[in-house]
Amino acid sequence: MEGMIIPNSKDQHATILLMGLRRGGKSSICKVVFHNMQPLDTLYLESTSKPTTEQFSSLINLSVMELPGQLNYFEPNYDSERLFSNIGALVYVIDSQDEYLNALTNLSMIIEFAVKVNPKIQIEVLIHKVDGLSEDYKIDAQRDIMQRCGDELLDLGLEGVQVSFYLTSIFDHSIYEAFSRIVQKLIPELPSLENMLDNLVSHSSIDKVFLFDINSKIYVATDSGPVDIQTYEVCAEFIDISIDLDDLYIENEENNNNNNNNNNINNNSNNNNLLNNAQNITSKSKELKSISHLSNGSVLYLKQMIRGLALVALIRNENQISTSNNTNINETFNEILLKRSNNDEIEKSLTIIDYNVDLFKDSLMKIWKTSKLIK
Amino acid sequence: MSYSRKKLLLMGRSGSGKSSMRSIIFSNYSAFDTRRLGATIDVELSHLRFLGNMTLNLWDCGGQDVFMENYFTNQKDHIFKMVQVLIHVFDVESKSINKDIEIFVKSLTNLQKYSPGAKIFVLLHKMDLVQLDKRLELFTIMMDKLQKISNPYNFNLVGFPTSIWDESLYKAWSQIVCSLIPNIDVFNKNLLKFNEILDAEEIILFEKTTFLVISSTASIKQQHVQSQEELDPKRFEKISNIIKTYKQSVSKLRANFYNLIIKGSNKNFYLDVLTENMFIMVVLKSQQQQNEELLILDNIKNARKWFEKIENEN
Ligand SMILES: Nc1nc2c(ncn2[C@@H]2O[C@H](COP(=O)(O)OP(=O)(O)OP(=O)(O)O)[C@@H](O)[C@H]2O)c(=O)[nH]1
Ligand SMILES: Nc1nc2c(ncn2[C@@H]2O[C@H](COP(=O)(O)OP(=O)(O)O)[C@@H](O)[C@H]2O)c(=O)[nH]1
Ligand SMILES: [Mg+2]
Repeated sequence: MEGMIIPNSKDQHATILLMGLRRGGKSSICKVVFHNMQPLDTLYLESTSKPTTEQFSSLINLSVMELPGQLNYFEPNYDSERLFSNIGALVYVIDSQDEYLNALTNLSMIIEFAVKVNPKIQIEVLIHKVDGLSEDYKIDAQRDIMQRCGDELLDLGLEGVQVSFYLTSIFDHSIYEAFSRIVQKLIPELPSLENMLDNLVSHSSIDKVFLFDINSKIYVATDSGPVDIQTYEVCAEFIDISIDLDDLYIENEENNNNNNNNNNINNNSNNNNLLNNAQNITSKSKELKSISHLSNGSVLYLKQMIRGLALVALIRNENQISTSNNTNINETFNEILLKRSNNDEIEKSLTIIDYNVDLFKDSLMKIWKTSKLIK
Repeated sequence: MSYSRKKLLLMGRSGSGKSSMRSIIFSNYSAFDTRRLGATIDVELSHLRFLGNMTLNLWDCGGQDVFMENYFTNQKDHIFKMVQVLIHVFDVESKSINKDIEIFVKSLTNLQKYSPGAKIFVLLHKMDLVQLDKRLELFTIMMDKLQKISNPYNFNLVGFPTSIWDESLYKAWSQIVCSLIPNIDVFNKNLLKFNEILDAEEIILFEKTTFLVISSTASIKQQHVQSQEELDPKRFEKISNIIKTYKQSVSKLRANFYNLIIKGSNKNFYLDVLTENMFIMVVLKSQQQQNEELLILDNIKNARKWFEKIENEN
């Protein structure tokens, strides 16, 4: 994996290239999204001096390559030509808390070259570090950046090029949302995945379902209902909770090594450990499954799929009286027990969901097999 | 049913982390949330129901010098009378150790006078700021020193290295709280009995709001646990930490959780409400038994009355 800058051309759709000026936040994004680093710990990151690559494997092979930001003297040459011809998406990071005019010039130059080499390349721009900005300034900055970028491309005669913009920060879930949408565009099977998830939802009491990449918490697909940030976060965190508990009771050498590390789930800064977890989980024969009943009648449901993916769903109990939403704090113990014994309905729907999720997993395996054949 | 009140003093210099740990353990704060806390003015009292008929009166004593001066003069009988437990917090990164110790000595002096039977816990806190391989040495040296200081006052210290950024905080507070439960042995005995029925790998009891560990089968039968040695010795406090995090997580959906069932890679986990004040976690080797889930949940239901009775005997 190390040192491999030019990806295998067979995987071209699956490769994301992360670029941007120095200190824009590229390394931080990689560490936070793909290595579970705590956002605050990125303060201690050293400036990137070598191109690095990251790989993560979900339904497709995705690798994120990060080039150091110092390439503002960017000179097209043979290598960069090969580089751009082999990637699916170019993600350019702009530091919104800094003077960004230089970045915009740099960006349009890169776009000009990239599109020439690879007309199908997706151009994605992260207007990054927006956590420090007020709501008003955020909107203004976005409008200004989009406007200027459009103007520059117009000057270069590239008005047809599609550029997508995202407001992001590593301090909240916006960076995951942006990456999820970027990755999804690279998955040719996305429409069928979404279809299958919609099917799952319409045949059961599922309220929202995500197909997650376990390691990064990027969602590879979701049903067509709107994504609510809270629901996304709770579902993503449910994966960590399940894996962390499971890992405490794995009796093997590896685990003993992990015990020495003082890692914990408040600051999941221990990269190796988490990588181990992700590897453990994919290599284990038995699939992880977890279910939790909540006081508002909902149920959280997780089932491990193939290739480091997990399906996580929020199931609503339709029989629940909606006024009971906030009473849980003062709810008496007897009320809890009573509610739980009335739960036959939801147990039945869980059985149906189990069955349908198994079907979904089968289809997923089929899709993966055929998509491999295409390559 | 008799209520028992326990007075816990939380002492230490300003900024040592007293209010932070209190908020995490008893008020469902995350470690991040503690950055919002301001310095405590005078004493902040909180009354916490614990296991049904026990009330913890937690005295979070603001550590700024002006307040401290008062505790040791005008307010000394008010503060130091009827104390069951003193929890003294030291910031391991403190720049003024002499002053820290001076305060500690004053606390000991007053405690000896007003509550000689009190237990003393010393938390060497913010351990996360110390390099991993230096922690044990630092802890041993400091505890040695503090114990020597305490000897003339006839107090035996129980010390813990703690940090809000890992599970160590849960270990310390579990032990502090367990030291206050009079019939802890009855809990332990019954938990073992329950396990004769379930034949689980491990059963753990948690207090419901704090998720502090009250009892566990492994901790009781420590003597003959060769096979357990491979398991993470910090797993109990880690579970507390994980479950607490889960609780915070689902609160975003304005909900709490009733249970959590995980069919893991080689163990199955059943976390469920046991009594009004306790959760139980049963860990089983997973053996594809068809009706395992029903069986376990049913047994937990049946054990409910049993454990409710013990709670009320407190
Ligand atoms: N690194 C680190 N910081 C901590 C830890 N515990 C608390 N802090 C931080 O220390 C600061 C002060 O904590 P407080 O809990 O307000 O201190 P206090 O002892 O209550 O102070 P007074 O109320 O003035 O007596 C907060 O910003 C906490 O986030 C810890 O374990 N590690
Ligand atoms: N406020 C804020 N700072 C960020 C964000 N992302 C990165 N940073 C900070 O920006 C600085 C430079 O980040 P780095 O990843 O090294 O930039 P690179 O040179 O592009 O790889 C670091 O101090 C990060 O902590 C963000 O979303 N918000
Ligand atoms: Mg305080």
